[in-house]
This record gives sequence, C-alpha cells and structure tokens, in this order.
Amino acid sequence: MTDREILTGLLLDGESSLTLGELSRCCGVHAELIVEMVDEGILDPLDSAHGGWRFSGYSLLRANRALRLRRDLGVNLAGIALALDLIDEVNRLRSRLNQLEAGG
Amino acid sequence: MEFKDYYQIMGVERDASQDEIKRAYRKLARKFHPDVSKASDAESRFKEVGEAYEVLKDPEKRAAYDQLGANWKAGQEFHPPPDWDAGFEFRGGGFTAGDASAFSDFFESLFGEHMAAGFGGSGARRSQAHGEDHHAKVLIDLDDALHGATRTITLHTPVVDKQGHVSTSERRLNVRIPKGVKPGQHIRLANQGSPGAMGGRPGDLYLEIEFRPHPLYRIDGRDLYLNLPVAPWEAALGASVKTPTPSGIIDLKVPPGSAGGLKLRLKGRGIPGSPPGDLYVMLQVALPAADTAQAKEAYRSMAQQFAFNPRSGLGV
Repeated sequence: MTDREILTGLLLDGESSLTLGELSRCCGVHAELIVEMVDEGILDPLDSAHGGWRFSGYSLLRANRALRLRRDLGVNLAGIALALDLIDEVNRLRSRLNQLEAGG
Repeated sequence: MEFKDYYQIMGVERDASQDEIKRAYRKLARKFHPDVSKASDAESRFKEVGEAYEVLKDPEKRAAYDQLGANWKAGQEFHPPPDWDAGFEFRGGGFTAGDASAFSDFFESLFGEHMAAGFGGSGARRSQAHGEDHHAKVLIDLDDALHGATRTITLHTPVVDKQGHVSTSERRLNVRIPKGVKPGQHIRLANQGSPGAMGGRPGDLYLEIEFRPHPLYRIDGRDLYLNLPVAPWEAALGASVKTPTPSGIIDLKVPPGSAGGLKLRLKGRGIPGSPPGDLYVMLQVALPAADTAQAKEAYRSMAQQFAFNPRSGLGV
C-alpha cells in the first residue's frame, strides 16, 4: 500500500448493519454469547423484515465494552447491563454538566 | 529502562497477603477501567495496574520480583542482573499476546521470555482460515463529520517474534471519513485486519469514531448543542441575534419573554445524515457589568422600576 492510497470503508449504521455471525466474529466470541447479551438487554437487534437479527455499529461498541468489562473486572452479564446503562447515564449527565459550566 | 515499583502502583505494602493484593487490584481496576473512567490517564493507569497484578498475583513471579530487593525506587534506571531468575519456574498462565504487548519494557525484560510458551497456544488457534479482525479508535473533528474528510491514522500492531518478544509495528492508513458520521459509529475497512492463514481471507479493521471536544458545540449523536449568551433586554423584549451554526452565521429570532435556559431548536442544522441532526440553542442571559457610573445608574433605576423578588420561590 502506498501513502497516497485512500481507503473508503463501510459506515455501519441502520442501513449497513451486521449479522449475528458478523457481530460474533468481530467480537471474537461465539454467537451464543451474543444471544445471551441480547437476552440480557445489553444488545438491541434492529427491526428486521427477514427474521434474522441485524445489529447496528452501536451494538458493536456495546458488545466490545461488555466483553472488556467481563474480562477485566469479572462482571457477569446482568452486572454489565446495569453498568453500561449507568455509564451511559453518567456520560449524558457529565456532558450536560460540561455544557452548563462552560456557559456559566 | 525504568524500574517499576509494583507494590507502590498497587498501593500495598511489600508484605501484603495475596488476598490484600487481589482486593487492591479489584478496586483499582474498577476505578481506572477505560470504559468506566473518563480520566485522561485512565488507560495508562489501568494497564500499569494490570501489569503489577500480573506479577504480584502469581506467587512465582512475585517471589522472583521480590528478590530484586526492596532498595529499587520507581523510575530508577534498571537492568536485570544476569541470571536474576535462576531457580524460578514460571508458567505461561492465561496470557494473550494482545495483553502482554501493553506491558512495559521493564516487565518484558523480566518475564518476557517466559511468556513464549503461552504464546504458542494462541498461535495454534490461528490455523483458522480468517485473519483476525482489528479494532481501533479514530479521533475526528466536528468539521470532518460535517463535510467529510480524509484522515491519516497510525495503527500500532503488536507483533510477536519467535522468541516470544513483543514489539509494535506501525502502519499508516489514509481513511475517508464519510460526511454525517456520529460518535460511536464504526467504519469497517474490509481486509485491513490480520492476514489470513493458509489462504484464508484477511480480517477486517473496525474504526470507532470519536470526536474531539468542540469549543462551541456539544455533540450528542447527530444533534449539536450551543450556549448562546443574550442580553437581558434581548431576552425580555425579543430580538434578532447573530448565532454561529456549523453552516455559517445566521440571524436567530429570540422570542420576547425568553427566560434563561430557553431551548430553541434549529431543525436539520446538526450533523448531516438521514435524518440530519438538529442544532439546539440554549439561551443564557448575560448581565452587563456595572463598571461605569451610567451602568450603575441604569441598575439602580431597574431596582426602582421593578417589584422583582428573584427568591420568591424560596419562600423569602
């Protein structure tokens, strides 16, 4: 590859999503674990017309976070679901706080 | 190379029990986990703690580390004495190349070679046809998402040589950032992961989009938030005020009677996409300073003209 070459990737969003197989391969885990994460409410498959699950790029982010928490802190899936929700909430609040402090 | 005081990093005494070390690790790991902590040094602290724990949790490695002596200070120039580990037996443990690459040269010089056996296991797994997928974060500016851009990213890939030593190889990629990306989205670059084994196709590279903080706008998904200071008379009487937006300066109509904190939505003025994000403008009343005789007079006259108790809600 030369320095000049420019790579164009595929943006993962609602339209271009991941299948269950792709998501589990990206995360390096068995599909069963992804299914467990869906059951636990950690991941939310997109509405799909064809029966098979599709996942957004956001699911990839959540799944990777979940796996890191599991590996590094030994949290189980229920604990991860709770932790991720709380982390999201803290981030939202922190970002609001920054905004308010910047304005004050 | 600098000496690392694993006991100091872990915040325990040199004679701490294995249980105490485990408890200290758990506490620090939760505190500095990069998915949990927003501290800028969280990731490096987390790695440091992980490295310290890797040594102290293992009685064999800990004993070997201990016999280096208690006189070393953190940061001191260090070279392992020859045959320092004679008589110690290490087992590979549940280590992966990915984890070890995060460890310091200091760790590497002491325990690196003994990990080689552990790497054999992960090498064997590679017989599967697909190359491994890689993940990386890419930091972009709001402008990149508004207009699209090409960013050069540098990836550091851990490479394990035949002796089990880990080094990093650098790789630079020019990547097109599509217009309309939002934080947390991923870009998949096909075939940019590890090469496939035995004729299999290479893995993919997943780039996670992260935004640098913007001086004006807070970014939430595709929506943008802007604090807009207004003068008291603009908020009270209504006005047309100049407002920055990502697509240029506009005249924004402030409705009469806008109390502080009023939120105005400018539809479709956020990050483009389908649907595009909105720009929310939060009005904040700014008070002029009473730094001249005239200004003071104006405030005094306001005090006379208004029967205004801002603390009526407090019951006083």
